[in-house]
Amino acid sequence: MTTPSSPSTPVADPAMATEWPLWEVFVRSKAGLDHKHCGSLHAADPRMAIQLARDVYTRRQEGTSVWVVRSDQIVASDPGEKAMYFDPAQDKVYRHPTFYVLPESVDHM
Amino acid sequence: MYTQAMDTMGKDGGDAKALRSAEEMQRQEAFDARIDAGEFIEAKDWMPDHYRKTLLRQISQHAHSEIVGMLPEGNWISRAPTLKRKAILLAKVQDEGGHGLYLYAAAETLGTSRDQMIDALHTGRAKYSSIFNYPTLTWADMGTIGWLVDGAAIMNQVPICRCSYAPYARAMVRICREESFHQRQGYDALLTMVQQGTDAQRAMVQDAVNRWWWPSIMMFGPPDDQSPNSAQSMRWGIKRISNDTLRQKFIDATVEQAQLLGVTLPDPDLKWNEERQAHDYGAIDWSEFWRVIGGDGPCNEERLGARVKAWDDGAWVREAALAHAAKHTPVRAAA
Repeated sequence: MTTPSSPSTPVADPAMATEWPLWEVFVRSKAGLDHKHCGSLHAADPRMAIQLARDVYTRRQEGTSVWVVRSDQIVASDPGEKAMYFDPAQDKVYRHPTFYVLPESVDHM
Repeated sequence: MYTQAMDTMGKDGGDAKALRSAEEMQRQEAFDARIDAGEFIEAKDWMPDHYRKTLLRQISQHAHSEIVGMLPEGNWISRAPTLKRKAILLAKVQDEGGHGLYLYAAAETLGTSRDQMIDALHTGRAKYSSIFNYPTLTWADMGTIGWLVDGAAIMNQVPICRCSYAPYARAMVRICREESFHQRQGYDALLTMVQQGTDAQRAMVQDAVNRWWWPSIMMFGPPDDQSPNSAQSMRWGIKRISNDTLRQKFIDATVEQAQLLGVTLPDPDLKWNEERQAHDYGAIDWSEFWRVIGGDGPCNEERLGARVKAWDDGAWVREAALAHAAKHTPVRAAA
């Protein structure tokens, strides 16, 4: 979702758009856990998006809280630059605790 | 609920065009390597046009099937025999609507709008599962659809949870998780009819099974040797198990369930083959399948007509909701 290239990218004048804008839905399955992306839906406004998210994504008590956000408002990293972005972390093994070999007597550290 | 080897229905399939440039060739190779390594492809990743087209056709037609599939069962909501059965049927039909929405959303990630897909359905360019072009004549049809039609659908759909296209696979995981109640409630409804019902009700169950059996096993799609696009779909990890293999698995599983229910399956050639360790079954009338897919089933016109009418009748609601939103949401400054 690098560029908001979804077909429902809003046009300048909302009255001219015929398709309801696209929203991404995030659900917290229970208190103590993160909200997790679970899908998307079309809705005319925020209230309707929340209502529809409840109907579409929590029919079986899958959630205790729902977030919705307009898809065109999400900024994402470019999948084409995935390697450049994320691979540099590959050779920084010293960031992991297992990199350090300690005497057995203190190895629980 | 229901996919049926939809990949065999596109007439634009199988024409892997000559690759244009060395760069594209490289991308194609990298893509093939990812598929071979069992990696998932995400929406914004590069993918061959034909892969995109094949998926778009399959996922959108799967979505259409869910939505059209609400109609035959919706037919019985107001006439369910008890409040319990009515609540169950409502929940099931609502699920089908939800499944259609998950799938439309997955298809939209491939770059087609919801409206375009709906237009394709309404103008007959896109197909939906042929099974929904059969009428639901009695209450026993509700149980039978759950048992056989949803049962066949589940068998078809479980392998798609491992589809190489991640948004489709994720939607299918969600769908499969919700779907198993559909089959169980159907079998449960039939059990109640045969165990606690009258002779007339038992006959009703048998009649429903007689009518739905053949269309149900057709849901797995044409035989492997007449399924020209299957090989490519297998290569791409869109399809995991062949039509005939799934059909056999379904038949083998269903025979015992039918015995327990005390109904017969309407195929005189159906019998256990000790050597194959599987059931042999009679010849399927594929001319019927192609006729119904082609538009000449008992209810094609009615089903599509109901969808088009719902869409047209709802136009003012869609427009009003947008107008209301425009009036009450401050217009965001253009980025």
